[in-house]
Amino acid sequence: MAGHHDEYQVHRAKILTPAFYVLLFFTVLGFLLIAYRFVMGIGAVSNLSDGYPWGIWIAYDVATSTAFACGGYAMALVIYIMNRMKYHPLIRSALVTSMFGYMLAGMSVMVDVGRYWNAYSFFIPSRWQPNSVMFEVAVCIMAYNVVLIIEVLPAILERFIHMKDNRFPKLKHYAMIIYPKLDKVLIFIVILGITLPSMHQSSLGSMLIIAKSKLNPIWHTEILPLLFIINALYIGYATVIFESFASSMAFRRPFEKEVQQLSRIIPYVTGIWLTVRFIDLYVRGQLSAAFAGDFYSWMFMAEMLLILTGTYILMWNQYRRSPRMVFIAAMFLLIGGGWFRFNVYLIGFKPHGNWSYFPSLPEFFITIGLVAFEILGYMVLVKLFPIMPKVHGHEATAETAKAH
Amino acid sequence: MKKTRRDFLKTAAAGGALMLAPLSASAQQEIKADDEAVGMFYDSTLCVGCKACVSKCKQVNDMAAAPMPGDNDRVWDAPNDLDYRTRNIIKLYKDEQDPTKHAYVKYQCMHCIKPSCVSACPVSAMQKEAGTGIVFYDKNICIGCRYCQVACPFNIPKFEWPETFPKIVKCDLCKFTNLKLKNIPACCEVCPTNAVIFGKRKDLLAEAKRRQAENPGKYEKHIYGEFEVGGTNVIYLAGTSFDNLGFPELEKESAALMSEHVQHTVYKGFIAPVALYGFLAFVALRNRKSAEEVAHEHELEHELEVEIEHELEKEKHEKEGKH
Ligand code: SF4
Ligand code: SF4
Ligand code: SF4
Repeated sequence: MAGHHDEYQVHRAKILTPAFYVLLFFTVLGFLLIAYRFVMGIGAVSNLSDGYPWGIWIAYDVATSTAFACGGYAMALVIYIMNRMKYHPLIRSALVTSMFGYMLAGMSVMVDVGRYWNAYSFFIPSRWQPNSVMFEVAVCIMAYNVVLIIEVLPAILERFIHMKDNRFPKLKHYAMIIYPKLDKVLIFIVILGITLPSMHQSSLGSMLIIAKSKLNPIWHTEILPLLFIINALYIGYATVIFESFASSMAFRRPFEKEVQQLSRIIPYVTGIWLTVRFIDLYVRGQLSAAFAGDFYSWMFMAEMLLILTGTYILMWNQYRRSPRMVFIAAMFLLIGGGWFRFNVYLIGFKPHGNWSYFPSLPEFFITIGLVAFEILGYMVLVKLFPIMPKVHGHEATAETAKAH
Repeated sequence: MKKTRRDFLKTAAAGGALMLAPLSASAQQEIKADDEAVGMFYDSTLCVGCKACVSKCKQVNDMAAAPMPGDNDRVWDAPNDLDYRTRNIIKLYKDEQDPTKHAYVKYQCMHCIKPSCVSACPVSAMQKEAGTGIVFYDKNICIGCRYCQVACPFNIPKFEWPETFPKIVKCDLCKFTNLKLKNIPACCEVCPTNAVIFGKRKDLLAEAKRRQAENPGKYEKHIYGEFEVGGTNVIYLAGTSFDNLGFPELEKESAALMSEHVQHTVYKGFIAPVALYGFLAFVALRNRKSAEEVAHEHELEHELEVEIEHELEKEKHEKEGKH
């Protein structure tokens, strides 16, 4: 990891933009509702029931948003394992997105669990329950949160080291001591940062295996873990594209050319996923159910259509050359991939009896508040620390300077 | 340094093999009830719907009443269904065509031989007592994640939704109350017609088969709970189909076992994750070596570029100066 420091830059721009205040508004609203939930109970803010004990806080904030937060994972895999160093400049912003995404999941879980004060149970070996998929997911996600923070740490430290006005001399001093040490072991943390998501992203799929009688057979399969991990990968790449495009719009930076090249990988990954998905449906004799034309079948076809469209676009060189098309394809894959996870966690889930679920407004606003908080954190962090890829060439620098 | 598509596929295949391991799953192991396992046997044809068991269950287990809507004085305990105040309920099934044909049914925890709720619970707050097979809950450990609710095929665990500090509620065969004091669950103790009886599972099953044999035509052939999800310690006989009585149609295979199998295949002895880490570390370290060489090259290239730029700038300035 030596010799890479000059790949990143602090995005120099005002922090208190109008967008900042909009996000702040939703964040505050979300946190007020969370406070209300902690006083009045989960039933007071949500439409959750004994039939649908998990709603969007789990289906979106945990199951889907951690996939959206797989950019760091997916990029680390390409860079360090497949040895595509040219993508290295993208890793920090991907990691920061991942960090906030997983933080969102962690916070949502604390909102969602009823007896949060007992969460320390996870640290008491006599209570460990290795048969439980959730045990593995929870421990793994906690560990990964720590790993992500360590992975982002160098950016923070660099900032303190390069600080011109010596406002925090102590901080600078410690940063200078820690930085080289961290740099040496970082590769092992990075690898942990690939291992852990491989584990819990697949386990997020295993989670619903036990609910066999409730999950529609179009989605219930023993290979859910395999489907989830491949799904996490292409969603991860799509997020990197999305994030790069969004920040090039929001921060008026040029669209990184590495991102366009990166989009070439995606059709392979989705191709494998689609193949596995169809073979599995065929083997289990569920293909006809999948195309039967009922509600579940439509949900399945929507999922397929979105992913196929995204894949199709990225298969063609002329489309890959247009940032707009790449962005559109990434959107298809994000929505399609997320749709799959929603199908598994909510839409395809039907308990015996008369139960129904649609999230309540406070449920929505708590999720929106946490997402707003996540974006807010990202926007502030990239403006304070060297995280964004360095813009190359004169033109671009001039443009950034003009922007704000 | 030139990397090919092959490398990508190789990496993908190695990772895939690891995750595909569950596919090599062998057939399900046999689930067997403990000989000492206890449970209940409910005969729907004997139940008169008096609900003595419902009120006694509430009384001994200290459960709140569930008043009817509009019952502001809270005169009646009129639960609609199992919920956080009601571990046990009697419901009536009526035939639409023939109103004389009706049947009662009792719902409570089935005390599965391989309980999904226990398998799901991340912190061992749901437990199955060794020997008796009673499935019980410890609120002092529970984190309230509700995975037990998601996992239970019978939708038995209930959550205290309106509470600030909620817990899970479910039948525990009166393990801490009536069973402890009087050696019999409250509902079985008070039942006036012995529609629900307590005993060892194997005796109860034998009794159910005896009744079926003695009264041909009276009962459905199906003993609910004998094989469902690997068998349950609470079993049922009825004169009408269990579908009519609101029971889910379930497979013999236990989804809990399936889930544990997948989980154990991937995580047994933590070998696969460690192997994955080792493999990734090996590849990454090897890659880094070559990358460092390249990085150096890049740096040189970059410096050169900067120099060239400077030169060009200078030239430009000089030109402008001449003008
Ligand atoms: S019926 Fe549900 S709550 Fe009762 S033991 Fe079986 S899985 Fe657990
Ligand atoms: S809600 Fe409690 S008992 Fe149920 S699975 Fe979660 S921790 Fe276990
Ligand atoms: S065994 Fe006890 S807790 Fe269970 S239904 Fe009967 S009385 Fe209620």
